[in-house]
Amino acid sequence: MNTNVELAKEDRAIINSLQGGFPVCDDPYAQIATSLGMDETQLITRLSKLLDDGLLSRFGPLYNPERLGGAVTLAALKVPKERFDEVTELVNQHSEVAHNYARSHPLNMWFVIATETPEQIDETIARIQEQTGLQVYNFPKQKEYFIGLRFDL
Amino acid sequence: MNKLLERYASQRDIEVLGAIEEGLPLCERPFAKVGEQLGMSEDDVISRLARMKACGIIRRFGLVLQHRPLGYRANAMLVFDVPEERLDAAARAIIAHDFVTLCYCRERHLPQWQYNLYCMIHGLDRDIVEHQIIDLKENAQLLDFASQTLFSRRRFKQTGARFSAAPHSGLVKL
Repeated sequence: MNTNVELAKEDRAIINSLQGGFPVCDDPYAQIATSLGMDETQLITRLSKLLDDGLLSRFGPLYNPERLGGAVTLAALKVPKERFDEVTELVNQHSEVAHNYARSHPLNMWFVIATETPEQIDETIARIQEQTGLQVYNFPKQKEYFIGLRFDL
Repeated sequence: MNKLLERYASQRDIEVLGAIEEGLPLCERPFAKVGEQLGMSEDDVISRLARMKACGIIRRFGLVLQHRPLGYRANAMLVFDVPEERLDAAARAIIAHDFVTLCYCRERHLPQWQYNLYCMIHGLDRDIVEHQIIDLKENAQLLDFASQTLFSRRRFKQTGARFSAAPHSGLVKL
């Protein structure tokens, strides 16, 4: 925990506020700045620094891939311990793979596959199976209840 | 461009998405700047984005945090085996907890994987998250259901949702 980045209270306020959304209007930064009691230049400077420091990876629109005709699924592998690094490399080299996490379970590698078309999900899975010789468990989404994913800092 | 995308977005819309996929310009009139790059007026950019937001192509404008450097390293995926007829009620009870960050229903993979309801908790501290899990199971009346908790051990890849405006496609990456 002692490696955590300490955020200034202004940065916390900016992040907490922007996670909730961003007005689409002529002068969005000015409006946010006013609501946070700072001036526009200050806000823009702080945002740039948060991006440069890698604490924010992106600031802008968050898309709904399915609405754009794309497809997304969650998949898992049961990887033998001694092959973990090798398989990680094989899986991650696919540009379709995101969010790859090792997890504490016999199904020990969990990753998201996102593609331009639904068919490409199956193609990507087939390629990963061929390359790794392991069965890919595919867990397509049936219903989305909540995707808040926000952090109160 | 695929059919679904054509239904919701024009080529000009896609150019707008492409221009801001790496993020919005950080300047006083960000949408005017996007318009300048594309030969569009500021109003045109704003109205296209507003429309794409209204029809759900854009979920919202906001930011993607690198949550690990900020200390959010305890990341638990909880999975439950819930009968179809109790799914919606269970999900509603789960998402009433503000520490839950995601909640989905997914296909099972029988016989190896019986679980169909997923939720995530991202926390600063594993002890706290473990307590939240206990509270969640009690409060949301999930104790009847078989469940598993999968904490993340290592992260290999995490990129924000991207959209690439290749000329004839809507390439979507996460």
